[in-house]
Amino acid sequence: MDISKFTSRKFLSVAGFILAILAFLAIFPLYGSNSEVGVGVIILMYVILTVSWVMFSGSTGYMSLAVAGFFGIGQYVAAFLYPRDPGPLLPLPAVIIAGGLASFVFALVVGLVTLRLKGMYFAIFTFGFAVFLGSIMQYYELQIRGRRGINVFPISNQTAFYILIVVVVLTLLTAYLIRRSRLGLAMQSIGENEDAAAHMGVNTTMVKVMTFAISAFFMGVVGAIMAPKWQSVDYSSAFLLLYSFMPVLMAIFGGMRELYGPVIGAVIFAYTERTLRLQFPYYYMLAFGIALILIIIYLPGGLTGLVPTLKDKLGGVIARLRKGGQ
Amino acid sequence: MSSETVVRVIVSGLLNGGVYALAAMGLTIQYGVARVLNLSHGEFIVVAAWLTWTFFTRLEINPLVSAAITAPFFLGIGFLIHRTVFTTLRKRAPSPAAFEGNSLLVAFGFLYVVQNIALLIWGGVPRAYYWLTGGVNILGVRFALNNVIALAVAVALGVAFFVFVNRSRLGKAIRAAVEDPATAGLMGININLVLPLVFGLGALMAGVAGVLLSMCYPISTFMGMNYTIIALVVVALGGLGSIPGGFIGGFILGIVGSIVGQLESTLTLSSFYALLMILLVARPKGLLGKS
Amino acid sequence: MPILEGQDVTKYFGGLAAVSHVDFHVDQGEIVGLIGPNGAGKTTLFNLISAAFPISSGEMRFKGHKLNGLNPHQICKLGVSRTFQQTKIFTNMPVLQNVLVGAFFGTPTRVSAADAAREASQALEFVGLSAMSALPTKDLTLVNQKRTELARALATRPELLLLDELMAGLTPAEVSESMELVTRIRDKGITVFMVEHVMKAIMGICGRIMVLHHGEKIAEGTPQEIVANKKVIEIYLGEETRAGS
Repeated sequence: MDISKFTSRKFLSVAGFILAILAFLAIFPLYGSNSEVGVGVIILMYVILTVSWVMFSGSTGYMSLAVAGFFGIGQYVAAFLYPRDPGPLLPLPAVIIAGGLASFVFALVVGLVTLRLKGMYFAIFTFGFAVFLGSIMQYYELQIRGRRGINVFPISNQTAFYILIVVVVLTLLTAYLIRRSRLGLAMQSIGENEDAAAHMGVNTTMVKVMTFAISAFFMGVVGAIMAPKWQSVDYSSAFLLLYSFMPVLMAIFGGMRELYGPVIGAVIFAYTERTLRLQFPYYYMLAFGIALILIIIYLPGGLTGLVPTLKDKLGGVIARLRKGGQ
Repeated sequence: MSSETVVRVIVSGLLNGGVYALAAMGLTIQYGVARVLNLSHGEFIVVAAWLTWTFFTRLEINPLVSAAITAPFFLGIGFLIHRTVFTTLRKRAPSPAAFEGNSLLVAFGFLYVVQNIALLIWGGVPRAYYWLTGGVNILGVRFALNNVIALAVAVALGVAFFVFVNRSRLGKAIRAAVEDPATAGLMGININLVLPLVFGLGALMAGVAGVLLSMCYPISTFMGMNYTIIALVVVALGGLGSIPGGFIGGFILGIVGSIVGQLESTLTLSSFYALLMILLVARPKGLLGKS
Repeated sequence: MPILEGQDVTKYFGGLAAVSHVDFHVDQGEIVGLIGPNGAGKTTLFNLISAAFPISSGEMRFKGHKLNGLNPHQICKLGVSRTFQQTKIFTNMPVLQNVLVGAFFGTPTRVSAADAAREASQALEFVGLSAMSALPTKDLTLVNQKRTELARALATRPELLLLDELMAGLTPAEVSESMELVTRIRDKGITVFMVEHVMKAIMGICGRIMVLHHGEKIAEGTPQEIVANKKVIEIYLGEETRAGS
């Protein structure tokens, strides 16, 4: 192994930066108020949802609108395995993994059915997925259980926060490793020219299905953590359109070329969402919708897509200053 | 099951089917020609429904007159939206595939925008109005007059649209653009006019569907997505871009929904979705679609 | 010994037969040319072999394996690779990465990263693009984009290579270079089946030529035989000949 790669300045400064952020996150819940930690939990939730979304849709170009569906599945798994009454059936880590696995399996099925076909059928299917799950759970809750909502055994904001930090790290690590692996190469080739990729030996269906399922896993995991934190789950709030919309907005705003793009987008918009939702309920959603449209038209590469352009411009300015100084 | 129930199920299935057919035809031409999978379609239906409600309850304008106002209004709005937003997207997109992906997301954005505008204006509480609720006898079963009128309008508009597309010069241009937009452009068809016009026609269909819907059912701002999904299922059933497929598929789905609704009304939408899933496994090109 | 053969191969698009009851074979070690006027069905035949779309009727076999019903990636792993009439390179990826895709996924068994990298750089060297391996392919000239696509196909270690209009759009000098490249490919042991319009290339390197017209095979033989074939002359010169006589 080439050790020098790990001692280069760039690697050390990036690693140092990441460790500093992790240290800050670790200490934050001890000093922040409960509501501040609550906002932090939501931000971390969106980071995970957004990075998971980019894992698949970012490189293949297949736009999944099903985030809310897999997120909701995780919530319901937690509701069934970790209920308030009569009490948790399994320890929390097992419940969280089960939530991820359930979403993984659902994604395999959806993927195998729709990813063999043109991208439009995939979009159609994922669009209806969350609504479909919502109406099934509506039937279950109202007709079979007889009452709306399931109470979940609670966990504190602090606990959720710490668990989510771990999940964020794992999600980012997975996304990073996939990008640099042959799976990532295969996905990129599919996004560039799916026909050619298939003709060069890439099993396009399997690659798409696997990645789609892996990304769904993390969405299910975070759902299984949020359900106990919210302490209840019901058919209308578990599958909100919001959870499909926000990751898309955040990823496109942040830019999908680099992994930190979605993270930045998620942090900015999650924080904005939390602060605006209380003061301007429907107006802020309207603004977000308009923002998505404008960003896609005028800034399709997102914020981080501007980085090369900025680097060029900045480089030019610095070069001119240097010349002027001589 | 009594014969009365059978008649009721079939006729209400046809009524719903008429609305589905209009919605689906609108969506299918928007995708087939303008290459935009308009996920906000259902929201336009909702806005049209609400507008009709406002016209009736505040201005005492009856729904059929509302339809005459709403239809050209939606045609114009759809034309404008495509001419500005989607045409810009098309010009900036590096490839047709990129354009389809981007326009999908933009349509998703519009869903959010239109739904929240509707929420701001009319709120989230479902409302209804009552017009011509007097009864009419069909085959021994009583139906509300407004339902019958809605069905008649839906069928009439559907047939008229079908004839227009197959006979008129503009209709031929539209069909050419469905087959091959690039070549149609080369043959002298002004793509910059036809595509937005077709998108506007699709919005017009959504508008009329919304008016008819408001006559028969309560209006809820959150029902938009349901109608988009129904339209999507019909379009997938009938083939992406096929107008007859949308028309017939709409009625089929209406009857299926009515039958399922007899048994368990909350599972109608789920049954459509399950049907879509089965279809995608068995016949991915749709029942009437081009292969 | 035919490495590739087809019997009664037919493809319908709607009511139109793009390829109609074509029997063909390619022997190991040959360079076979496939010519015909535009719309004759040549690229369609290639698309049937590589399974870009399914065959309507008939049978095709590669080294004895039935090709009907296989997916493109399975056919690639069997040992058939191709280039495309309109280059389908991965435009936003650098040249080396394009070729790496072929190297990683084109073989039936898993390759290590080191082996794939070696295979890719060998393929690039073979086509003469080693110096450009880090450049994004969208910045390349047409001939180099075609070379990239060729290297990518070679990296899949094919036994049969389908070349679809490799010479289209090239200058005469580039055509000569490409002709030499194709000959070297055959000398490496790879059988070549090529669709071409550039006559110099067809006549120069093909040992045998097949002619398609309106989806049917109307002639087959050595270049000399084809050039003298009345039917071939007629379809290339059009109705003028018949009107005159």
